[in-house]
Amino acid sequence: MAGLHKSEIENPVLNWIDTRLPVITMMQKEYGVFPTPRNFNYLWNFGALAMVVLMIMIASGILLAMHYTPEKTMAFDSVEAIMRDVNFGWLLRYGHANGASMFFIVVYIHIFRGLYYGSYKAPRELLWMLGVVIMLLMMATAFMGYVLPWGQMSFWGATVITNLFSAFPLVGEHIVTWLWGGFSVDNPTLNRFFALHYLLPFVLIGVIFLHVAALHITGSNNPLGIDPKGPQDTLPFHPYYTIKDSVGICVFLIVYAAVVFFAPNLFGEPDNYIPANPLATPAEIVPEWYFLPFYAILRSVPDKLGGVLMMFGSIIVLFVLPWLDTSPVRSARFRPVYRVFFWLQLLACIVLGMVGAHRPEGIWVILGRVSTAWYFLHFLVILPLLGKLERPLPLPESISRAVLRGGGGGPLPGGATAKPMEKV
Amino acid sequence: MSVTAHAPGHASGHEPGHDAGKRDFLKLVAAAGAAVGVGAIVWPMIDSMNPSADVLALGSVEVDLAPVPVGQAITVVWRGKPMFIRHRSPEEIKAAQDVKLSQLTDPQTDAERVKAGHEQWLVVIGICTHLGCIPLGNKPTDPRGEYGGWFCPCHGSQYDTSGRVRHGPAPLNLALAPYEFTSDTKIKIG
Ligand code: HEM
Ligand code: FES
Repeated sequence: MAGLHKSEIENPVLNWIDTRLPVITMMQKEYGVFPTPRNFNYLWNFGALAMVVLMIMIASGILLAMHYTPEKTMAFDSVEAIMRDVNFGWLLRYGHANGASMFFIVVYIHIFRGLYYGSYKAPRELLWMLGVVIMLLMMATAFMGYVLPWGQMSFWGATVITNLFSAFPLVGEHIVTWLWGGFSVDNPTLNRFFALHYLLPFVLIGVIFLHVAALHITGSNNPLGIDPKGPQDTLPFHPYYTIKDSVGICVFLIVYAAVVFFAPNLFGEPDNYIPANPLATPAEIVPEWYFLPFYAILRSVPDKLGGVLMMFGSIIVLFVLPWLDTSPVRSARFRPVYRVFFWLQLLACIVLGMVGAHRPEGIWVILGRVSTAWYFLHFLVILPLLGKLERPLPLPESISRAVLRGGGGGPLPGGATAKPMEKV
Repeated sequence: MSVTAHAPGHASGHEPGHDAGKRDFLKLVAAAGAAVGVGAIVWPMIDSMNPSADVLALGSVEVDLAPVPVGQAITVVWRGKPMFIRHRSPEEIKAAQDVKLSQLTDPQTDAERVKAGHEQWLVVIGICTHLGCIPLGNKPTDPRGEYGGWFCPCHGSQYDTSGRVRHGPAPLNLALAPYEFTSDTKIKIG
């Protein structure tokens, strides 16, 4: 397959490069003329937003690392020095800390978008599974990052989460000792968490590359959940969606900046401004908000190993979701019953988040158990049955027909003469 | 890969079937050799993350028990972990001894958890066996739970005066550490 690329770029310098390494042609194909469904709504911004946040996280993170000391007697003070002494250190740190929260907000919306519009269904199963891997990597990265300031929540969060592995019979204790590099969370733990926290975002980039590569094979889903049938159903990515994404990015940056400048500790825990003390557990250990639903599942099961398995299971189930949902119709717009269950599931996740933030007492225990049960029931029982029992609404003939008619569904009179899709 | 692997066989005119057996064997040996090689280099990498010699060497601590009054407890650090040392009152000892084993999540008699002749001293690792928080109960102002031992603030596990779990999600009793009495009022942990 060796041979020079026949570049059509006019600029001689770029042409010279493109002939030898056709990256410019590739960018033009994948982001310039790339045929994209013409009916995206703003929920389709969130993939691009996630990419922007990741870039912000990596940039701010590398700058923070230039001032941070991963040593247990100095870590807390070095973070305080960043806040007080380093030029714009407060901006770097608040930007990074809140960036993590924004990252999860964006990705959770991105995921629920996929759930609503059936973006996980054939042929996008692998794309979806890569997304779940991305989420797991993000969680690992965020968890280890939170340990670095070495405050009370850092320390005890790390202790509780690493101890989850001790639930496994026989090997559990060994795994935990291995993770710690000692007999408790201590300096070796801090050191390795720093190394991994630096590494994982670059692993993320690799997986996101595959995620986007897979996306460009299957093409994007769209709010109608039907495949584009020809050029009349698509628009070139540039300028239509570069502009639409830019609008979203501006709005996003306004929200992000508002948090960073006016409520920088909104998502934080005051206890993390107390230096880590291995001999005193804070009265209340709460993980970062984006872990609360999982933490709630963990605590809702009265058995240690059971809780840990259910918690991991709540993510594992997402991997097999494409095969649990038996309905061939993608978009919830045409699935009146699924639509109700979608919102119920979202509610269950929000309730779980609230349960995770409260002491497991009284009503919270019951709410936790009910919503944990519901979470699994939705994926394992309701979805497989619904595909068989539900009667979907009639799908529109084509994207362009539905869009030009201004709105949702219904078959179109007169049999649309959509041309068969050209191979691109 | 298989194409190139078979090519020389054909070129030298051997019978393909006969040759394939040899090829398979060579492939197997090569793969097995590679697996051993990879394993030999992966294990040191994994093991490098286990506790290092200096961490292991944090060996033993000596504790003088004389200043601890009856009913009170102290916390000392051993291998980075808090150790609870409690001077139990006769009532607390009796309460611990009188519990029926059938009532326990992790059945163990009190005698198995203390040294004979030194029943007033309970020495346990002060780490909740659920997810590793430090239970409250060593300070006089701390809540000690319904069973008079320790109370874990994280998910509400409760321990009795023998450090055995009596309530909550913790699956096991507070762990014991190796220690011995070097005199009547001194112990060496580790
Ligand atoms: C760092 C995190 C992530 C980045 C940077 C990212 C990036 C992207 C981008 C740029 C797109 C195309 C634009 C769009 O459709 O919104 C996309 C599509 C998609 N992503 Fe992600 N993603 C991330 C995480 C996830 C996660 C966690 C999941 C699911 C568990 C997921 C599932 C999907 C799916 C199913 C699509 C195709 C959607 C469609 O076309 O309808 N992504 N992703
Ligand atoms: S860590 Fe003590 S009850 Fe969970």
